[in-house]
Amino acid sequence: MTAPRPALETATMVRAGEELAVDVLEHHLAVIDAGEESIHAFNLVTTELARSQARTVDAAVAAGRDPGPLAGVPVALKDNMCTRRVPTTCSSRILEGWLPPYDATVVTRLRDAGALLIGKTNMDEFAMGSSTESSAYGATRNPHDTSRVPGGSSGGSAAAVAAGFAPLALGSDTGGSIRQPAALCGVVGMKPTYGTVSRYGLVAFASSLDQIGPFATSVADAALLFDVIGGYDPLDSTSLNRPTPRVLSVLDDGVDGMTVGILTEFMDGAAPDVVARVNQAAEALATAGARVEEVSVPEVTLGLSAYYLIAPGEASSNLARYDGVRYGLRVDAEDTVAMNTATRSAGFGAEVKRRIMLGTYVLSAGYMDAYYNQALRVRTRIIEGFTAAYAHCDVLLGPTAPTTAFALGDKVDDPLTMYLSDVCTIPSNLAGHPAVSVPFGPGDDGLPVGVQLLGPALSEGTLFKVAAVVEAAAPDLAVPRITAGEAA
Amino acid sequence: MRADWQLVIGLEVHCELKTATKLFCGCPNMFGDEPNTNVCPNCLGLPGSLPVLNQRAVELAMAIGTALQCDILPSTFHRKNYFYPDQAKDYQISQYDEPLNANGHLDLPDGFRVGIERAHMEEDTGKTTHAGASGRIHGADYSLVDYNRSGVPLVEIVSRPDMRTADQARAYVTELRAILVASGASDGKMEEGSMRVDANVSVRRSTDDPFGTRCEIKNLNSVRSLGRAIEYEAERQIALIESGEQVVQQTRHWDEGAGRTQALRSKEDAYDYRYFLEPDLVPLVPDVEWIRAVADTLGMMPAERRSRLVELLEESGGATDSQLLQVATVVDLGLDDLVVEAVAGGVGSALALARTANEAATDADAARALDPRSYVELLTLEATGSLSATQAKAVLAELFARGGGDPAAIARDKGFEAMSEDSLVATVAEAIAANPGEWSRFCEGDDKLAGFFTGLVMKATRGQANGKSVAAELRRLRG
Repeated sequence: MTAPRPALETATMVRAGEELAVDVLEHHLAVIDAGEESIHAFNLVTTELARSQARTVDAAVAAGRDPGPLAGVPVALKDNMCTRRVPTTCSSRILEGWLPPYDATVVTRLRDAGALLIGKTNMDEFAMGSSTESSAYGATRNPHDTSRVPGGSSGGSAAAVAAGFAPLALGSDTGGSIRQPAALCGVVGMKPTYGTVSRYGLVAFASSLDQIGPFATSVADAALLFDVIGGYDPLDSTSLNRPTPRVLSVLDDGVDGMTVGILTEFMDGAAPDVVARVNQAAEALATAGARVEEVSVPEVTLGLSAYYLIAPGEASSNLARYDGVRYGLRVDAEDTVAMNTATRSAGFGAEVKRRIMLGTYVLSAGYMDAYYNQALRVRTRIIEGFTAAYAHCDVLLGPTAPTTAFALGDKVDDPLTMYLSDVCTIPSNLAGHPAVSVPFGPGDDGLPVGVQLLGPALSEGTLFKVAAVVEAAAPDLAVPRITAGEAA
Repeated sequence: MRADWQLVIGLEVHCELKTATKLFCGCPNMFGDEPNTNVCPNCLGLPGSLPVLNQRAVELAMAIGTALQCDILPSTFHRKNYFYPDQAKDYQISQYDEPLNANGHLDLPDGFRVGIERAHMEEDTGKTTHAGASGRIHGADYSLVDYNRSGVPLVEIVSRPDMRTADQARAYVTELRAILVASGASDGKMEEGSMRVDANVSVRRSTDDPFGTRCEIKNLNSVRSLGRAIEYEAERQIALIESGEQVVQQTRHWDEGAGRTQALRSKEDAYDYRYFLEPDLVPLVPDVEWIRAVADTLGMMPAERRSRLVELLEESGGATDSQLLQVATVVDLGLDDLVVEAVAGGVGSALALARTANEAATDADAARALDPRSYVELLTLEATGSLSATQAKAVLAELFARGGGDPAAIARDKGFEAMSEDSLVATVAEAIAANPGEWSRFCEGDDKLAGFFTGLVMKATRGQANGKSVAAELRRLRG
């Protein structure tokens, strides 16, 4: 396979009539055909839907109409975003056979922008996991090394972009589920400010933390996709009714005069090769004119503990509706209550059950104040800690994940170690702040390292400017080579 | 209720708001449609759906709060988690520790004040029908669910435990219903379930004792059931205590047919609802302008309407007990504006009230539809003696039948020309001449005979004579 062409370039050519959307699509379908068996990035490749959209785009261009900023660009969707009459499973047995009657707002915006919906990507079941191994439909493999995990929970989307199956993908990030797989797969992944991208049609995991964001092979492409999906949506009450930062136009502004804080708490737990790459990125920013200093935000060390109380608490409520009454799986039993129990016992995997039980416990009478409410107080402390840091820093810098991609099966029996994969990403979700992971060369094992840039609420413009500078300085990373049947 | 025991009652009233659409989606808020026709991803709890708060529902909830003299407060929504098939999301979105309305009160017609703890917003559930002998979810052959009601906006009005008799509880629900209707928030139809009452009942030996253990009674579908259930439950609790047992805190079901309450579940197996802040909604913080705008659109409440009529009766020396009942009837039927207009048009308040409470009330719908000017003109004809009471009633019936008209013209059509003074005098004289014995007894002071002579004159004139004029002529002749 060849190095992927940027989505921006593809859209420009399709809009200008210099390339047909159907040709762009067929190229990507061929790449999928060749590599998907090794990677398993998709739960479903929506070939005919994408072909029909491609024909529509080409017809529009032929008729002199502009199909939009993503004209002819294939986009892969994490399988927790509702697509009208297209299965949406959250990689769970419990949603087997369910066809959403409606499109998520992001899907509508993609359609309106001329994008081609190429497929629904694999994920950890209900986005609960950091390796895409908790999917009911089998694990996804890292295109850089198919014995390794792609990260998670949006591992299918990250792998799809890394493997060249689609130039762009959407994921959702509740505790790092976009940024961590982006780092492990060597692509750009970004979690926007809470409320800038509509959650309408995103199947909820933890509603106060969930946010949809872009995957791309470059910072510019990620900016292009963010500009399309962002913005106020009256269908989401938590959507911010204020101008969303438009980021594509400010990418070349540079970092001269900015202050970048290296977040020491994130560096402390990271592997030496990862730390070395972050320091190298910091040097590049200093060279480009930024002031770089070390910053401590001690509160972020409490993030993981608070997250594993808040997220399961909300999840236990959000996942109550999968009761076999209205849609999805139903396991018949002698009465309704027994049917609910049988359905949920058969339909949910172990990790989902673990979190439902955890969440039910922390919200229970007598325990709620010690656990859930205490976690909410910690959440406030984390926001205060970040606010103090942003009083003198424009952005914070640290690793995205403590290590490069780990081997499949390595952590599945050790949930606590698995949870530690998200220690550097969770604080941004608790604070509602944006953060982006940018690939920055290989680690000692040759696998991708991601550096993470964090900013205060609605600082997407600044984050993307800094990310562009980091990207320009990044050491080369081998393009993944996938051959059919390579995986064991 | 036995004199050595005191009853303590608090009521929770669920009221469906009369909005065009549901609380968190755009589906029609309609009763009685085909099952599962007014539904969408939101009120079916489909994955990925999100709630959007209905502004009109908030305004109606604020109207209720204003009418109940509540503080209107910054508020939040919580999730109340429990599994039940009629609950599309398996949680209910409800206001919990920060309700929209709190600290109000409701004055019963007799002046007794009942505290209102809170009046908060929440969504209704769907409706389940369990097929099989039990009629309950356990042991049902199968269950059917209709989600048309899922997400219909409710306000739950929670009283303080201030009521001490079943009569007070009945009066409270009756008055609250009138307020809900008057504020435009609800149609108040208990039989359609748009107003549902739960009663918390406990007993104690004296006012000095702390409250006893309470039971919550559900399934009270009418004001009559409410009273019966409270009285039954009080006797049950007293009997328990007097036989040395204890009242167990329970939710109990009122069985209207059997006339008794039955245990549904006790405190030990009460649900743990795991309330937490609803992350899909933002706090509801009405600003001063919005609160004022809602208050400005609020019509007159029943209590104010009643006191307005009572004040009109001051001119005739204040309202009698029977007039107070008439006032209540007239306000209840929404006919008080007719009385006010008639008095403003020069009709005496006692006559205006009596005609409205006794005659207009027999066809309240027609009376409310009537042009008030026709009504005032009719009462004026009666008050000035142009029509007798009997004639006036006949003309009113005709006005209702025709849906309006000119009372004077109807009276003419019916031949209700007022009698000339000369013919009245002659008819009275004839009646006296034919009954000399009665006349002399009347002259000696037997006033009851005035009615005898009036009756004769009425008979002779087929009701066309004015009773007051006849009486005046009799008094004149007696000297």
